[in-house]
Amino acid sequence: MVVPIAYYLVLSAILFSIGVAAFLIKRNIISIFMSIELMLNAVNLTFVAFAHQWHQVSGQIFVFFVMVVAAAEAAVGLAIIIAIFRTRNTLDVDHVDLMKL
Amino acid sequence: MHLVLFLIFGGLCVAGALNLLLQRHPINSALSLIVVMTSLAVLYLLLGAEFLAAAQVIVYSGAIMVLFTFVIMLLNAGKEERTHGSKAAYIVGFPGAAALLGILTYIFLKQSDHLGSAKLGGYLVTTSDLSRVLFRDLLLPFEVTSVLILVAILGAVALARREH
Repeated sequence: MVVPIAYYLVLSAILFSIGVAAFLIKRNIISIFMSIELMLNAVNLTFVAFAHQWHQVSGQIFVFFVMVVAAAEAAVGLAIIIAIFRTRNTLDVDHVDLMKL
Repeated sequence: MHLVLFLIFGGLCVAGALNLLLQRHPINSALSLIVVMTSLAVLYLLLGAEFLAAAQVIVYSGAIMVLFTFVIMLLNAGKEERTHGSKAAYIVGFPGAAALLGILTYIFLKQSDHLGSAKLGGYLVTTSDLSRVLFRDLLLPFEVTSVLILVAILGAVALARREH
């Protein structure tokens, strides 16, 4: 039994759209950060599916680099969140509006 | 077999992502994100990416999500409250995401004939294939990422350190 590659692509489109919706709707800064991770994962699935389709290893190498950058981004981002919480005592993005007009 | 596994773990992925969207408490979102990432590892295995499946479990559901849950517990993050800003996000967010999903699904299903299909064990990238490309052709980018991670560690420590 075979599964069309298009199904994998549709699945990753669903995950990416849910990530976009969560990014726009969530008000907690950690939840927003997690929805970014969800979007990265959805794109990774697309890379792996296309790597399988075209029989190319470079697609999987790209996913490897995305994982590395995501790990670095998570470490720095969570440190920034801790710093924000320490100075403003809130995790709500609506209350972090010092630079807003 | 492949279709059954795809449906089970694809369904788990979508269910976890929807749970992430609907839960109001960050720790519930984090736990459902772990479900999504672990099911994605199984999907990688189905697509013949064995090294990436292991790396997904170790790096994403292991390291990154542990960091997330650790920070959530450290900051004692509670339920998020509804504010006036979230109302605008609801009005714009759901139709925007639905439109994005519609466009992408339409394009993918329209091009479905030109794309192939995945068979179980049809195309397997072993770890040695991957490392041959990674350590021979792409050695410089690989070394640059190690510098990137070093900078990230130093930056994280500098940002999170309590100032006296």
